[in-house]
Amino acid sequence: MAKQYRNIGEEAWKNNVEKVSAELFIFTYGSLVVQLVKDYEDYGAVNKQLDKMGYNIGVRLIDDLLARTGLERCQDLHATAEVISKVGFKMFLNITPSVANWSADSKEFSLILDDNPLNDFCELPPKAIQDGLWYSNVLCGVVRGALEMMQMQTEVTFVRDVLRGDETSEIRVKLERMLDEEVPVGDD
Amino acid sequence: MSTPRPSLMKLDTKASRRSTMLLEHNVIKQRRDKVGLNAFAFLFAEIIRYSQNRVLGIQDLEAKLNELGQRVGVRVFELAMWREKSVHRETRVLQTLVFINTVVWRTLFDKQADSLERSTESEDEYMITDNEPSILKFISVPKEMSSFSPGAFVSGIVEAIVRCCQCPARVTSHVVPAEGMPLRTVILLKFDKEVMDREKRLEAGK
Repeated sequence: MAKQYRNIGEEAWKNNVEKVSAELFIFTYGSLVVQLVKDYEDYGAVNKQLDKMGYNIGVRLIDDLLARTGLERCQDLHATAEVISKVGFKMFLNITPSVANWSADSKEFSLILDDNPLNDFCELPPKAIQDGLWYSNVLCGVVRGALEMMQMQTEVTFVRDVLRGDETSEIRVKLERMLDEEVPVGDD
Repeated sequence: MSTPRPSLMKLDTKASRRSTMLLEHNVIKQRRDKVGLNAFAFLFAEIIRYSQNRVLGIQDLEAKLNELGQRVGVRVFELAMWREKSVHRETRVLQTLVFINTVVWRTLFDKQADSLERSTESEDEYMITDNEPSILKFISVPKEMSSFSPGAFVSGIVEAIVRCCQCPARVTSHVVPAEGMPLRTVILLKFDKEVMDREKRLEAGK
């Protein structure tokens, strides 16, 4: 099953996605984070704002993903995790984080990003590390937003980050509950 | 007896490990080539949305994007200088513009800019045209904001680069649609007086 998703992701990346300079993307993101730090001056607030912006991206990004790959709804969280890591990250950022650290009740898992493009030219000042800035927090928001559109309410957070001196970067995804499909008002 | 090695104040924190690792990266060989254009488009759209909430008016919005672009421009310039085979930093106006038209545009957008022109009305104004700016493809501008050019981001990149080449200018971006090219963007550079005076002096001295 994993192999199938890997192929879908690679196929999408090779044929279905227009490409742009990675460095332009990386610098643009860095410029955004600097702007947020200037605007908010509190790293906790910056984290929240990055998550919020990621959420806004995620709710639209999922449509793009489904349209390009023709994938259907996943049967369980395991499949979801595979799609996120092997298709989602692959076709947008050309990386494949690995899925690991499943919880006993299969409601939580981690995405291990051993290669995060956003980190490429980045170094955090000591104060940012001290105050708990998660530089790539936008990724958490994106995952959360995309999953919410698939009727899953989740909590997505960074737990480790290379920029803070950890060995690797790790995002923890926790399924809180399934959302009922809401029929839009007026659609009787 | 060997002289004792000077002791370095080495902060052996986790973060300093990151710094050493970062400084050892090879800058010249690009480690990473591309990301999806859709990823950039989503990010850029969100940046515009975020900036819109914090400004009043189109001029301010373009100024914010310009500021964001400038941070990118400084770094793009430095990387381009590192990677260029013939390291020759331009300081004359025309050479700088050609540099931007070719090297910078190729690094950022995988193509050369479509034209470079000098304004016939004012001799300190130049225009770089991009017929199909790929990064602006997914930004739709509502009618009531039709004078807004999201290319202000690109103008910020250009402004930072001309400043690095010692030819400071005021750079703005304008959408000038043409036949079959609705997104055609013109980057207008108005060079500072000192730059034009210097150019005149250098020309006269030849």
